[in-house]
Amino acid sequence: MLHDYANIGMLLVIALLFPFLALGASYIIQPRRPGVEKSMPYECGVDTVGTTWVQFRISYFLYALIFVVFDVETIFLYLWAIKFQQLGLAAFIEMFVFMMVLVIGLGYAWNKGGLEWK
Amino acid sequence: MDDLVYTIAFYILAAITIASAIGVVTKHNLVHSALLMALCFIGISGLYVLLQADFLAAVQILVYSGAVAILIVLGIMLTQRRSMENTNPNSGWPRGAAVVCALLFVVILIVIAATPWHYSSSMAAQDTPSVLARLLFTDYMVAFEAAAVLLLAAMMGAIVLAKGGEEK
Repeated sequence: MLHDYANIGMLLVIALLFPFLALGASYIIQPRRPGVEKSMPYECGVDTVGTTWVQFRISYFLYALIFVVFDVETIFLYLWAIKFQQLGLAAFIEMFVFMMVLVIGLGYAWNKGGLEWK
Repeated sequence: MDDLVYTIAFYILAAITIASAIGVVTKHNLVHSALLMALCFIGISGLYVLLQADFLAAVQILVYSGAVAILIVLGIMLTQRRSMENTNPNSGWPRGAAVVCALLFVVILIVIAATPWHYSSSMAAQDTPSVLARLLFTDYMVAFEAAAVLLLAAMMGAIVLAKGGEEK
């Protein structure tokens, strides 16, 4: 099994090396003639106004939280799905109850306006 | 040859995990700490792979470095600050912290030394998700449904905290 992970290891090594090589090569061969215009912080479009660290809205956090809950559910669903043929009806009912409990939570979040984007 | 590769992989992954864990504590910017924590989770998942727990490694990446890290970053971004500099200051009492950490380390070492470890002679289980699925939906059914209720309680609690309870 661990041999399969050699490919992932190779990918990790290449993914680590690539940015260093690309940025290192550009660092070595670039001409350096800085100017006022060139030294300005560049993003697309106009200059930024105000501070960069702004307060996020609570909606983001609620979405993230609901995402965590359904992320955990995904793991259980995956386990259930790969053995669906062998496990049969009992597991289907178990999974149904599990899903229903979480759908109650989703319905509650919906009802309380947690999914609204105001 | 294989043993050598595993040993090298273990030390690289352990170094990544420990270095990023140290970074979480010592970085002065909370956002950097949170991102390093995600890296720490990825290192731990690599260690799980070396323990032949590949499903656990996938879960670790999916839930911890995917969802929990995002939750913590968003939690940090919720708080209003002019700048993120010095949001994670070091302890004002480093000697006390060092003593407490050293004591904890000693306790963990004693527990590791005192535990009678049983070495299994059987091979590591292949195709772990299938085994997990069978156990989860038969022997550990109650725990599985309890997990659903726990998730529901966590979600409702967070919504109540974020939105406020019923006005009476």
